[in-house]
Amino acid sequence: MNKVEELIVKRARELLSSKEVDKVIGWKKGEFYFDPSPAVFTSEEELKDFVYNGFCGANLSKYLVQELKKGGKIAVFLKPCDTYSFNELVKEHRVDKNAVKVIAIECQGKLDIEKIKEKGVSAVTETEENGEEVIVSSLYGSAKFRKEEVLLEKCLTCKSKKFAVADETIVVNEMKETANDRFSGVEELERMSEEERFAFWKGELSKCIRCNACRNVCPACTCVKCVFDNNASGMATKAPADTFEEQMFHIIRAYHVAGRCTDCGECSRVCPQHIPLHLLNRKFIKDINRLYGDFQAGEADEGKNPLIEYTEKDADPTAAVNGEVRHA
Amino acid sequence: MQEVTEQKKEYVPTIVAFCCNWCSYAGADLAGSSRLTYPANVKIIRVPCSCRVNPMFVLKAFQRGADGVILCGCHPGDCHYVTGNYYTRRRMSLLFSFLNYMGIEKERTRVEWVSAAEGAKFSAVMNDFAKKINELGENKRLQDLRVKEERDE
Ligand code: SF4
Ligand code: SF4
Ligand code: SF4
Repeated sequence: MNKVEELIVKRARELLSSKEVDKVIGWKKGEFYFDPSPAVFTSEEELKDFVYNGFCGANLSKYLVQELKKGGKIAVFLKPCDTYSFNELVKEHRVDKNAVKVIAIECQGKLDIEKIKEKGVSAVTETEENGEEVIVSSLYGSAKFRKEEVLLEKCLTCKSKKFAVADETIVVNEMKETANDRFSGVEELERMSEEERFAFWKGELSKCIRCNACRNVCPACTCVKCVFDNNASGMATKAPADTFEEQMFHIIRAYHVAGRCTDCGECSRVCPQHIPLHLLNRKFIKDINRLYGDFQAGEADEGKNPLIEYTEKDADPTAAVNGEVRHA
Repeated sequence: MQEVTEQKKEYVPTIVAFCCNWCSYAGADLAGSSRLTYPANVKIIRVPCSCRVNPMFVLKAFQRGADGVILCGCHPGDCHYVTGNYYTRRRMSLLFSFLNYMGIEKERTRVEWVSAAEGAKFSAVMNDFAKKINELGENKRLQDLRVKEERDE
């Protein structure tokens, strides 16, 4: 058991035994070491299955929406990126912050099991962080990797290690900011011709199997009835039969979270087809920054997002498409 | 044996123009009553305000076979509902930029401000937009082939 995990479980136990909270949202051990999943704990007894390891990439903030409906006070453990999603949910009145205790926890980057498997390591039994290295133990021995080889895409471009909200924090070791430029992938595409971009997206989006995981996991996607669940729309959950349907789903999904997407990276993490969805969301983020000034969704739990705001000097669409920047 | 003759129809682009009720639709009316012309393949859809146009409408128009989509609204500052077109401006800026990022030709989408007094501008804008779309040809990147087949039958 690592130190952070130890402290987290201890705190969860205290909160439950003192009845300060009714439930704790955390991660529960899965079938294997590398597949812990989000879970709700209501008793001290259940906490024996609590884990916090290198594979706890899942963002727990969205689970509050459903759990809060059942009533009671909830404690939730949030990594830095997850705290932004929490704020956004509060801002949109999806979560009542008074009913939640946010315990912000240390994160040194989460691992991508697929990347580790690609490196030829299977049956992982434990991982240990060691500065810029990760030691991966498996049934067949142990291997050492540089962190950037095995981190999740979202962690390679982690936007900040700052907690946007915290009632309490559990941090043992200092968290280092990631130096990566998260817009470089978008810029690369912007430099291509329209034909090349079209070919790129056609190639990527045609892999989509419309499992809807990207939507279901997204903390910004909390509509009770989603347009994609409307059978009459002709595009409710199904494998796309035409390129238009693929585009339609992805354009609308990305557009609907524009200005609200915190870039938590969950959509790309869960996509079973490895479609780089972050390249769609980040295009909106980049355009918003360029046209309306730097904006980070979830930095605060109040205020107006860029698409429900305007200034008289905003660029006209043609100028905006041609690369105009903000008039201060 | 039955002879199959292939009919090659001349390509005429379909252009959808969303016009706001208070300025641009009146501008189109004025163009008509001033005997100014605009291409017959521009299909006008009247909306209460340019900000009524959900991004989905634009996509739907392309799905149903539009080769170009243009939104016309009151000049910023003159919106009948005071601020509607300011929101349109942001929404469409982001949508059009995004469509272009996905490889859709940027000339296929446009927003223009046309007041009720600007019949001449309405006609000039539509003629120019239709010309651009003619040059670009058929919209092949953002289309639903099945819908096109249905329509062409
Ligand atoms: S994005 Fe940053 S805060 Fe979030 S899991 Fe990765 S490293 Fe941790
Ligand atoms: S998670 Fe991936 S495969 Fe599933 S619907 Fe989203 S993009 Fe498509
Ligand atoms: S769109 Fe993706 S990155 Fe953005 S908030 Fe939703 S899950 Fe997170």
